Parts: sequence; C-alpha cells; structure tokens
Amino acid sequence: MSAYGDAGLGLLGDPSRRAIFELLARRPSSVQELADELPISRPAVSQHLRVLREGGLVVSHAEGTRRIHRLNPEGVGALRTWLDGVWSAALTDFQKTAEATTPGLESRPEDVEEQP
Amino acid sequence: MSGTAPIPPITGTVSLAVPVERAFEVFTGAVNTWWPHQYHIGQAELAEVVLEPGVGGRWFERGVDGSECDWGRVLVWEPPHRLVITWQINGSWQFDPDPEKASEIEARFTAGGPGESVVEVEHRYFERLDGGQAINDAINGGGGWALLLDGFAKTVAEQG
Repeated sequence: MSAYGDAGLGLLGDPSRRAIFELLARRPSSVQELADELPISRPAVSQHLRVLREGGLVVSHAEGTRRIHRLNPEGVGALRTWLDGVWSAALTDFQKTAEATTPGLESRPEDVEEQP
Repeated sequence: MSGTAPIPPITGTVSLAVPVERAFEVFTGAVNTWWPHQYHIGQAELAEVVLEPGVGGRWFERGVDGSECDWGRVLVWEPPHRLVITWQINGSWQFDPDPEKASEIEARFTAGGPGESVVEVEHRYFERLDGGQAINDAINGGGGWALLLDGFAKTVAEQG
C-alpha cells in the first residue's frame, strides 16, 4: 500500500518472508518452529531471517542452544511494516463488509485500489 | 516534536458502492465487523474492536478474557466526511498515553456517483512514536530502508 513493504519492493515482497514476519508478529520462534509452519526448508527460513535481520525488522538472541527470532521490539519500522499489511487487509474487508451489509448491493471486490 | 525526520505515511483508497453516510457508519460503528481479527496487539485473542463515537472516544481491543488494550483516541469526528483517530501503540508495541507521541489516522469520505463513495485513509506521523529514531537512522544511514527506497525509485522510474 505504500513505498515500503509492497510486492517487489524488498523486505516483505517475498511471500515466504512476509509469512515469517507474520508468524513472528504472533510469537518469537526458532528456525525449526518457523519451518514447521511453512512449506519451505530450514535453510530457506534461515536465509529469509538473515534478510529480515539486516533490514532491521527482526532481532535474534540465544536461548540455551537455540536461537530465538522476534520482531525488533525497538523498531517503529517493524510496527509500520506490520500496519502496512493490516491496513491493506482492513480496507479490503471494510469494502466487502460495507457493501454486503447495505441492502440492494452486490459486492465489487475488484474495486479495491492501492496508492503508490 | 523531537525533531526526527518524517517517516512516510501509509495510504490507501477504496471505492464503495454505498452512499457516503453508510460508508462512515460502517467504518466507525461497525469497525468490529470488518477489522481483520488476526491483527491485534493484546496478549489475549481478540474478541472485539471498539471505536467509541465522538471526539475523545476510545479506540481499543477487548480480548476473549475481557482484558482491554487501548489503541488510541478520536481527535476529529465529522460525520459523514472526516474522521481522525490516533494510533498510540509505539515501537515497543506498547500503548503510550502521551498524546504528543501519537501517530494519526485520517479517513476522508467523499461522495462519488449516486450511491457511491470513496474512502481515503492515511496513517501518518510515525516519527512521533517512541522508537521512531531507529527507523530514521536506518533510512538515513544507508541500511535496509535506504535499499528499499532505491528499489521503490527504480520501480517508479520503470513505470514512467
């Protein structure tokens, strides 16, 4: 929906990377835990995590013998990126709900627009 | 403000086949029916999202365990054309009660053709939130965000 986070524009343009980001928004996780939830390999998860870490969206720390990854708690960047996805989904659902709950109308989901 | 550089706002627009009055009514009064419930801040699973009508109204989530987590307040309430609410969840993913450190969401509702409307949403002033300095440093320091901006500029250039 904006300059950052859009498809093809970098950090979250990759679907797997966005999926990892969304999972970490719910709870801190190890590479294995992320791989268990996704249709990609452990090395692929590690590679995406490295990119997210270098972009400042994710931080990692050791917990015993495991490394735990989570969204950067000191970052408005991570918050803003998360909100970008939130608003994109929310406005789509808002349109559908408004039209579905107003008598005499049919849904027109193709009318959802995004601004550069 | 703290003098930090601006962080780009998030913007979005939707066209609706409903009158502008109805659009405002659903956006505000029925926020719980359209807000995607997987997106919330509190620890407990989300039970409902509440936006209290009128200036000063609270915007918050209520968890399935009854706990409440504030998101912000209503700053401007001008049905059916304009709504401004704050977003006070900061870079530490915590509610900050200080109104000076609030980001803002403005929603503008415009009548289109008969029975049609356009809703434009802008979420802005991220730099006011605590934790905003880190992203500014990243943008200005040539980190990942600068790379993203480069990518964006290229995309814009390619699309002419």
